Amino acid sequence: MADLEIRDLRVSVEGREILKGVSLDVSKGEVHAVMGPNGSGKSTLSQTLLGHPGYKVEGGRVRFKGQDILELTPDARSRLGLFLALQYPIVVPGITMNNFLRTALNAHRGYDGKDKSKSVSPKEFRTLVEPYLETLRIDRTFLSRYINEGFSGGEKKRAEILQMAVLQPEVAVLDETDSGLDIDSIKYVSEAINKMRGPELGVLMITHYTRILQFIKPDYVHVMVAGQVVESGGAEVADRLEREGYAQWGEEVA
Amino acid sequence: MAVAPKISVGDDYREKYGFYDPEKFIFKAKKGLTEDVVREISWMKSEPEWMTKFRLRSLEIFRKKSMPNWGADLSHIDFENIFYFLRASEKQGKTWDEVPADVKRTFDRLGIPEAERKFLAGVSAQYESEVVYHSLHKELSDKGVIFLDTDSGLREHPELFKEYFGTVIPPADNKFSALNSAVWSGGSFIYVPKGVRVDIPLQAYFRINAENMGQFERTLIICDEGSFVHYIEGCTAPMYTTDSLHSAVVEIIVKKGARCRYTTIQNWSTNVYNLVTKRAVAYADATMEWVDGNLGSQVTMKYPSVYMMEPGAKGDVLSVAFAGKGQHQDAGAKMVHVAPNTTSTITSKSISKAGGRTTYRGLVKVYPQAENCKSFVKCDALLLDGESRSDTYPYNEVEAENVTLGHEATVSKVSDEQLFYLMSRGIPLAEAETMIVNGFIEPFTKELPLEYAVELNRLIQLEMEGSVG
Repeated sequence: MADLEIRDLRVSVEGREILKGVSLDVSKGEVHAVMGPNGSGKSTLSQTLLGHPGYKVEGGRVRFKGQDILELTPDARSRLGLFLALQYPIVVPGITMNNFLRTALNAHRGYDGKDKSKSVSPKEFRTLVEPYLETLRIDRTFLSRYINEGFSGGEKKRAEILQMAVLQPEVAVLDETDSGLDIDSIKYVSEAINKMRGPELGVLMITHYTRILQFIKPDYVHVMVAGQVVESGGAEVADRLEREGYAQWGEEVA
Repeated sequence: MAVAPKISVGDDYREKYGFYDPEKFIFKAKKGLTEDVVREISWMKSEPEWMTKFRLRSLEIFRKKSMPNWGADLSHIDFENIFYFLRASEKQGKTWDEVPADVKRTFDRLGIPEAERKFLAGVSAQYESEVVYHSLHKELSDKGVIFLDTDSGLREHPELFKEYFGTVIPPADNKFSALNSAVWSGGSFIYVPKGVRVDIPLQAYFRINAENMGQFERTLIICDEGSFVHYIEGCTAPMYTTDSLHSAVVEIIVKKGARCRYTTIQNWSTNVYNLVTKRAVAYADATMEWVDGNLGSQVTMKYPSVYMMEPGAKGDVLSVAFAGKGQHQDAGAKMVHVAPNTTSTITSKSISKAGGRTTYRGLVKVYPQAENCKSFVKCDALLLDGESRSDTYPYNEVEAENVTLGHEATVSKVSDEQLFYLMSRGIPLAEAETMIVNGFIEPFTKELPLEYAVELNRLIQLEMEGSVG
């Protein structure tokens, strides 16, 4: 049984059905790419996996580590080991990145403000964060800035990956982490993800373009069109997509 | 973490601050407001005749003045059902050991002596009508700094006192300044000599203990040329089912090139009417800053103001109001540009939850001669649910040329996107919501000394705990 098991997932947004029965399996140690044109439901899939309240599950199920998670709140899913790097990270004024990362990490450790032994120490926090600041080419002063406030597009995406590095999820969903990135940022982000890659991490990488796949080699590639997975295979699927575009599945070349 | 003067309300208010001690007093005036009561207060304090007359004249003004017909609902205040003066202790302590044991216990519970040891240059603790404890670092008194309760200020520095008292806020200013002028007792009297900087804050702590009590402290601060002082006041009271009244008057004179910062963390219990008049005059190149946090009380009406009298004067108001169930925070600011080349900023942040109501009410007034003034007003309101309410009433009266006036107002709800984002990182809903609220008032919190900032964040957390279902 896969660590993350998506079965016949149907999701609607504002009454309109977007996902029309999606099934996927992602296990630790694997990197999956989900590719698809705009409007195919890729982001709906990622937001639904973490439980965004705007997406209504109409049918199907999602199991993570053997547990049905569709009834769980987003924070519970996160603490279970699921992570989502947002396509459009949100600005939250007045909260520093430092505070955000530490609060999130403490929540993962079950620290509720009482048992100090569960909270992350400043030293431990530094050892966790610093190597990734370096890999992602993020300046230390970044940590004292407010969440995504005044960040460039590239900085926002790199900050998402930094959060992933700190929380060490078992399955990470990366929603178009590569879109809007310059080539340097793509390199840094890929370098960080490759560094985390290993038997303890599964990745579901959602992307529109094949570009990032040059840096992060997927084990599996799925093509999603109009709310359904229309093809699954190895890296060769991406190569074909690169040559022929989405037209072969009845879509315009994006 | 330092235990600063505790400022939390929320669910544990009753336990932490809402407690009361059995009433013990040396003297308690009859209930109600009469000429006799006013005379008696003056007599108990052995005041000079001019003050007795000032009080009686103020009482007359109070009777003639009508209640404000705007702002919060004050129709339930019963002036005849209030005790106007209560003396709890025979004398003022210079050490905590000299303070009556039960009163000392109260302040211990509120963390005042500990805060004093850790980070304050001077402390004043008022219990009911009078100050029961007072201290000031010796190096400051050696430099000529005066920090006394206002009654002692009148006794020990009669000339300085008379020169400034009632000059910034005359009794006839409004009904409640008249009331305070008639029955005032306690408060702080501060004088900072020329060029002296008081780098560590001075703090006054106001505590109401008795039921149906009225507290009418009167504060007078004089910052002489080129000086600096940061004064902090905190307030709490027990939870009673009947109403209490807190009606203070604070007058501040900031002379040429001086700077004064006045920080309030108002955390009255929700049976207190808090009706306060605060005003400063700032002279050439002087700066007056009000940092005003209103968290407790049933009703607050308070609009700290700065009159910029000479060129280069600067006024700054930074305020936060938090209104929960049954609370109305009607707060704001008043900036009066009398001289040219003066600047003011007002930043107001309000949070309403569980049917609470916040109002921003502000005035920027520019007189004809006050050219080249700048004023910027920013009001942000955050609503935590659909039943809460926020209103904004910004008034501008500009009679001069070349005035730069800016105004920005936003009303927002805690957004689902922000909540989802924080929660998707493992942070539970209640904590995420609290973080967003704390982030919203961060521009305020960062102006507070660290210990207060920590306490304020904790307070917001407690306030929020009741709000998430």
